[in-house]
Amino acid sequence: MERHFDAELKELHKGILRIGALAQEAIVKSVEALTRRDKTLAQAVIVNDNNIDELELEIDEKCIDLIACYQPMAGDLRFITTGMKVNAELERIADLAVDISQRVLEIADKPLLKPLIDIPKLSIVTQKMLRDAIDSFINKDMALAKKVVLCDTEADQLRNRVQDELINDYMSRDASTATRAVPLLLIARHLERICDHTTNIAEDVIYMIEGKVVKHHPEKLKNGDKCV
Amino acid sequence: MDNPKIQINNLDLWYGDFQALKGVNTRFREKVITAIIGPSGCGKSTLLRVFNRMNDLAEGVKTTGEVVIDGQNIIAKGTDLVTLRKKVGMVFQRPNPFPLSIYENIVFGPRIYGETNRMKLEEMVENSLKSVLLWEELKNKLRKPALSLSLEQKQRLCIARLLAVRPDILLMDEPCSSLDPQATTRIEELMRELKVNYTIVIVTHNMQQAARISDETGFMLLGELIELGRTEELFTKPRDKRTEDYITGRYG
Repeated sequence: MERHFDAELKELHKGILRIGALAQEAIVKSVEALTRRDKTLAQAVIVNDNNIDELELEIDEKCIDLIACYQPMAGDLRFITTGMKVNAELERIADLAVDISQRVLEIADKPLLKPLIDIPKLSIVTQKMLRDAIDSFINKDMALAKKVVLCDTEADQLRNRVQDELINDYMSRDASTATRAVPLLLIARHLERICDHTTNIAEDVIYMIEGKVVKHHPEKLKNGDKCV
Repeated sequence: MDNPKIQINNLDLWYGDFQALKGVNTRFREKVITAIIGPSGCGKSTLLRVFNRMNDLAEGVKTTGEVVIDGQNIIAKGTDLVTLRKKVGMVFQRPNPFPLSIYENIVFGPRIYGETNRMKLEEMVENSLKSVLLWEELKNKLRKPALSLSLEQKQRLCIARLLAVRPDILLMDEPCSSLDPQATTRIEELMRELKVNYTIVIVTHNMQQAARISDETGFMLLGELIELGRTEELFTKPRDKRTEDYITGRYG
């Protein structure tokens, strides 16, 4: 039986999809700004963040209205509360894309310290995790959400590699490289933080689908699932 | 399971050829509020009425299985119904005070059970009215007709009338359905206070009410008890798809 409430939930669905697309776009552009050393593009990411902030407030208000007016239960309640959390995570992810863009503005006029190898790799992992996390929410895809959670280790390893290389091979040998190395180190850190927020989204999706809390308890994920 | 006050084993009930309860197996915990929800005609009031054998009043009722309260199967032949109904009291949808004074309404039960001492009766009236938070309002109006009270006061009086015979279990069949939201809130507060001393089973159509006041909730459909468990669990992550469909309004 189709309820009027279902139409409202579809609207919420669309809203999350939209903020998800904007957050993804912000990451892609901020990383592109880094590889192309494009200050205009970095600036555009920073300016566009206002739209994402506005959309976050709009979605949050929509969720509160739905709870107040429909007093949802069970799966509906889990969908709306998860929607609120996913919304907040996506807004935070977009803020991190702004942070990356600010780091780009700091180094764009300076010579590149080293060829970018692991940061682009980390960026690919980040974008895939985010795309999968959003898809898992939209399609209520449990298996995909679990894979996202398990991918976070790969992001941590790449971040550590960037960090070790910049500290050991550059900053500890020549302190003057710090002004160019630290922004890169922070960019790796921002990308890894995006993966953490993405993992939170996937964990919330698992709760939404199964009603099972896996946050802070990765051992609750079934054996056999792996990051692909 | 800790402290089952009512244990039900393989309970079936027929009204003539119509089977109203089908293979119910569950337990109701002591001194908690258990709500029974479900669509009209699902058997929730019938189940409630088994606990004090109110269904016996309907023609052609046949019950099989066990309903054990304090170790006694109360649907077995030879059960003393007077004692059972003293132990298991019932509050109805519309308050039904007797057309007597407030005082006489409350002493009615204790008198039937043989209490004649005036001092003791007065003490019972005071204690019962205090339990339902009516004493301060009514202590100077005890001889006034009960029918002159507001709907909420009448419902409280009916609960006080039950408490006067010192039951263990209170059955409530849609006790707030004729009350406005404020009166409903106050009766719900009263139920929370009463559960310290009584086992309460409430049948309600109002799922929000079940979610607000009960510790455990059972969902019934077509005579079956589909699931019964912690209220928070049932309303956020029900185990059965049929429960999910009902509480999210998809059943139909």
